[in-house]
Amino acid sequence: MSAIAPERAGVTTQAIEGSQPVRLAPNYWPFVVPALVVVGAVIVFPWAFTLWMSVNSWTLGQSRSFAGMENYLRLASDPRFWESLWHTLTYTFLSVVAPMFFGTVAALIFDARFPLRGLLRGLFVMPMMATPVAVALVWTMMFHPQLGVLNYLLSLVGIPAQEWIFNANTVIPSLVAVETWQWTPLVMLIVLGGLASVPREPFESAEIDGANAWQQFRYLTLPMIAPFLMIAMIIRTIDALKSFDIIYAMTQGGPGTASETINIYLYNTAFSYYDMGYGSAMVVVFFIVIVALSFILLMLRQRTQWVDTEGK
Amino acid sequence: MSSRLLNKLGLFFVALVLVSPAILFFLWMISLSLKFEIDNGAYPPILIPERFAWSNYAKVFEENNFLLYLWNSVLVTGTATLLALLIGVPAGYGIARLKAERSAIVIMIARMTPGLSYLIPLFLLFQWLGILGTLWPQIIIHLVVTVPIVVWVMIGYFETTPMELEEAANIDGASSWQVFRLVALPIAKPGIVVAFILSVIFSWNNFVFGVVLASRETRTLPVAVYNMLSYEQVSWGPLAAAALVVTLPVLVLTMFAQRQIVAGLTAGAVKGG
Repeated sequence: MSAIAPERAGVTTQAIEGSQPVRLAPNYWPFVVPALVVVGAVIVFPWAFTLWMSVNSWTLGQSRSFAGMENYLRLASDPRFWESLWHTLTYTFLSVVAPMFFGTVAALIFDARFPLRGLLRGLFVMPMMATPVAVALVWTMMFHPQLGVLNYLLSLVGIPAQEWIFNANTVIPSLVAVETWQWTPLVMLIVLGGLASVPREPFESAEIDGANAWQQFRYLTLPMIAPFLMIAMIIRTIDALKSFDIIYAMTQGGPGTASETINIYLYNTAFSYYDMGYGSAMVVVFFIVIVALSFILLMLRQRTQWVDTEGK
Repeated sequence: MSSRLLNKLGLFFVALVLVSPAILFFLWMISLSLKFEIDNGAYPPILIPERFAWSNYAKVFEENNFLLYLWNSVLVTGTATLLALLIGVPAGYGIARLKAERSAIVIMIARMTPGLSYLIPLFLLFQWLGILGTLWPQIIIHLVVTVPIVVWVMIGYFETTPMELEEAANIDGASSWQVFRLVALPIAKPGIVVAFILSVIFSWNNFVFGVVLASRETRTLPVAVYNMLSYEQVSWGPLAAAALVVTLPVLVLTMFAQRQIVAGLTAGAVKGG
């Protein structure tokens, strides 16, 4: 949990001791119980059910039978699954790196004061609020090889027309462009929150000592916002791994299976072929991939914090 | 002095460049939705046509049952958000006061879990219950999106509200429930607004749940617009108009509540689905 709110840990530890005289502490559990029941029903039950389904063989409309590890073994030798895993990792890597870069740059700009800053920031945030399917639809039109506006814009600067999402070689980068367009604002907001907590004084003394802008950024700003960059990176990684709407609405995994990520393959398995047992096994493996990657990033985050305190 | 002004102007232009992909995209979206087929197929492309095709919008509502889908979206998002506030606000309060960091881990896991993993079991459950033809499956599954957002925002909010008033009320003999309802809740109103807005936006935008669970009569707007793309021969104008209709409520909300949204997202960095 502290994964997401570094400032929160500080708040809690302050208030724990001291202000508790001998008095019956108010009981707060009744407030939490309804939510726990709902979470249990919509989150824990499906998980238990998924685990159980994953060791069964069941295509809707046919009879169910216990299959043991069969579904998992089938996954291990399913080339389409390995291919989709590779697509997922490529897509995720690019969809983390690009928004992280643009989002950090944008945060540094929006942290400064300039005319119409509020309005521009509002416009900048719009893409992440827009309905992904609607966005995907308009991008599909813009990517159109003959009538799309993007190829026209490229022709203005002398770049030959591309096939974008209609070509197996360019489909993933094209989808990443859309993902970057939509989710850079989230990175910007998180980093902006980090920049707001950076104190002024060190910069003033650095200025007196003659540090230039790059040195100030590299040795002061960057270490101080590092925890926020890690948070942004963890969130972006989770979201990019899970990305569904944009890919499904624009290519449905195509052309062929060139942009089929695990999530799309999973969807097709469960809801096009109705192979619920196999689909469930895929969900379990997919979740393990997400948790593993998040865990690695969390470990990295612990290290960045540790380095921080060492430096001080 | 003048170099500082120049500096500010420079920043303004860099910011303008950064914002331009967003501005140009939405301008082009509006342009597509207001052009007749012949203008949308023109090369070089036309940004502002000579004649505006307002009929594209009329077509969307006439031919596609869009009013029904709009109503479905309002019902699903509205009910899922209200239910989430009803159980999520007290839960956020309880977790913040219990300092139960661990129970909040559940919410982080909810975020990590792919939406499809809820869909397989719940789809089978709803089918077994025989409620697949109603809006209830979608309302229930949207709780996966809305409850974590509300709880998460409210934990953050209640942790920053002062404890002194609550302690005083407690000493005066108020029950926990009275303290919550009469002391904590009124102070937390701005937090509730943030939770409400974010919950509405991410529930409204949700696509994956509807695409599996919705039948012809129970489609929400994102599913309806996707179906226009895949199953019907529609020209670009009406399609872009439909896309704009779907996302317009959310964009308007974003514009008016920008400050709250930015505050909520920077504090909690939440996103549903």
